[in-house]
Amino acid sequence: MSTATKGKITDIAQLEEISKKIRINILHMLTLSGSGHTGGSLSAADIATAIYFSKMKFDAANPKWEERDRFIMSKGHAAPLIYALMAEAGYFPIETIDSLRKIESPLQGHPCCQKLPGIEVSTGSLGQGLSVANGMALGLRLDNNPARVFCIMGDGETQEGQVWEAAMTAAHYKIDTLCAVVDCNELQIDGAVEDVMGIQPIHDKWEAFGWHAINIDGHDMESIISALDEAENTKGKPTVIIANTTKGKGSVLFEDKVEFHGVTPTKEEFEQAVKEINNG
Amino acid sequence: MGERPQAAEQTEESSGKKPKATRDAYGEALLELGKKRSDIVALDADLSGSTKTAKFAKEFPDRFFNIGIAEQDMVGTAAGLALTGKVPFASTFAVFETGRAWDQIRLTVCYSNTNVKLVATHGGITVGEDGASHQALEDIALMRALPNMNVIIPADATETTSVINAIADFTGPVYVRCGRSKVPYVMPDDYEFKLGKAYVFHMGKDVNIIAAGIMVDAAKKAAEILSQDGIDAGVINMASIKPLDEETLLSAAQNAKLIVTAEEHSIIGGLGGAVCEYLSEHCPVPIKRIGVNDSFGCSGASSDLLKLHKLTAEDIVETVKSSLNK
Repeated sequence: MSTATKGKITDIAQLEEISKKIRINILHMLTLSGSGHTGGSLSAADIATAIYFSKMKFDAANPKWEERDRFIMSKGHAAPLIYALMAEAGYFPIETIDSLRKIESPLQGHPCCQKLPGIEVSTGSLGQGLSVANGMALGLRLDNNPARVFCIMGDGETQEGQVWEAAMTAAHYKIDTLCAVVDCNELQIDGAVEDVMGIQPIHDKWEAFGWHAINIDGHDMESIISALDEAENTKGKPTVIIANTTKGKGSVLFEDKVEFHGVTPTKEEFEQAVKEINNG
Repeated sequence: MGERPQAAEQTEESSGKKPKATRDAYGEALLELGKKRSDIVALDADLSGSTKTAKFAKEFPDRFFNIGIAEQDMVGTAAGLALTGKVPFASTFAVFETGRAWDQIRLTVCYSNTNVKLVATHGGITVGEDGASHQALEDIALMRALPNMNVIIPADATETTSVINAIADFTGPVYVRCGRSKVPYVMPDDYEFKLGKAYVFHMGKDVNIIAAGIMVDAAKKAAEILSQDGIDAGVINMASIKPLDEETLLSAAQNAKLIVTAEEHSIIGGLGGAVCEYLSEHCPVPIKRIGVNDSFGCSGASSDLLKLHKLTAEDIVETVKSSLNK
C-alpha cells in the first residue's frame, strides 16, 4: 500500500490502476457491511482518485497539516469512496475498511470528522459541503495560505437550494482556490434526475452563477487531469467540473442501475465485478 | 425589517445608566474583540445594520462576510472558516438563524463540533411591530436539543459584553440570543459571566424565580412587590440555559416551596422546559412556567406584547401568589 503523501502521480496508466483498486476496495467494504451506497461511490471514483493522487497536497501522517489542500465529499453517501482513497493514501490500515458501518468504527455510514482524522467536515445531509468549502477557502485566503479546496457534489444534490446560495457566494468572493465537481451520473434514489427534478442545463446554470464550468467524461483520466489543471489555472472565479459519469461504473451488474444507489453487492456479484474491473 | 426609532420601553434605572439593547452591546463587544484578535471574523445575512455586526464590518471589511439573504449558506461558511482556525461570529435574526439553518447548525456546527458562535438578535416577543414571522419564540428549544451546543441568553448590556468575551475564549459551538429593544441594566458592573453558572441575586425561602433575558428585570421587580406582602422571593438569572447551573437550581428548589420560571420564549422546550426536566428527576417541587403559552406572537409595541402574553412583573406576582395559596 502506498504511503506516499505529498507526491503527485502524473502517469495516467498508474492513476487508472489506482482507481481500479479503489473500486475493488469500495465493493469489498460494501459487500462486507451489507449496507451502503454502491452506485454513487463508483461513479465518482475516477475523478476523486485523480484529485487525491495527482493534485492534492496532504500528509496522511499529519491530517491537520496546515498547508494541506482540503477535500470535502459533499455527497456524503459516497463515504466508501473516500474511505478507499484514505486507506490507499495511508491514513489508516487497509483492514480498517472491513469495519465500515459497524458499531464504534471510525468509518461511519456517512463521513464523520469527529471520528476519522482526515475528514474535514461531517457530511451526509446533502447540499452543505460547498458552503463549508467556501468558508475554508476564505479562511485560508485571510492567512495567505495558498492551499486549495476541492468539493465533490452529486447531480441530484444540486436540487438543494443551499448549493446555489453557495454558488453565489463563491463567485461573489471570487474564490478561485476552489474547485467543485458535480458527479453527473444522472440517477438519484427515486429514478432519473431529469424525471425526479430536472437540473439541466447544468453547465449554463453554473456559468450564469459566475463560475468557470468545464464539461468532461468523468471516467477519462486524461480529460480529468486536464480539467483539474484548467481549474487550478483559472483565476478570479471558481471552477466547477461537470463530470459526466455512469452510476455504478465498473461492472455491468451495477452500471446505470438505479436500484444500486443504496444496495450492496452479494459475494457472487462482488467476485464478478472484481473480474470485470481487473479486465476493464 | 428596516430600523425604526425605538420607543423608550424602559425608564432610566437607579444605576444612572440608560437602558440599552443587548444587540447594541453585542456590536460594540464584537468590534472590541476584533481590535484585539485577528482570528475573529464575522458573518451576516443582510441584517448587519440591525444585528450591529455593521460596526465590525466597517472597521474590518476583510474579516467580514455578508452572505446575503442566505442563512443556510452563512452557517456552512462559518463552519468552514472555523475549520481554518478562525473564530466566526455569525449573526442574523434569531428566527432565521435557528429555524432556517437548523440542519446546517446540526451537521456542520454541532455534529462536526466546529468553533462557531451563532449570535442572534431580535429574539423573543419584544421584536414588536414586525409581528409573529419575526418573533423567535422557539429558538432556545431548537438550539438546546442539539448535542455539543451551548445556549446563552444575556439579561442586559453588561452581561452581553461579558458573554461575548467569554465565548470568544471558549472552544465549541455557542448560541447567544440578544434582543432588539432597550433593556435596563440589571447586573452588577463587575459581573463576569461563566458558562454553566447562574447569578443569584437572592435565594428565597418561599419562592425562587428562575429567569433569563429581559425577564430577569421583571423577576427582580416582582420580588420587590412580593416582599412588601411578606413573601420571600428569590431571583436567579439563569443566562446559561445549556449547560444549566444544576447546583444552583437544586439549592433553589430545596430552599423554597415553589419554583417559577420566566422567559420570553415558548413555555415548551426553553428555560422552563430545562428546569422542569432537571428538577422532576432530582428534586420534584411545584413549578410554574411563565412564558409564551404555545402560541405565536403578533404585531404591537413591545410593552403591549409583554402585557398581552402576561410577561410583566405583575404577572409574575400574580402567578406566585395564586400558586402559593393553593
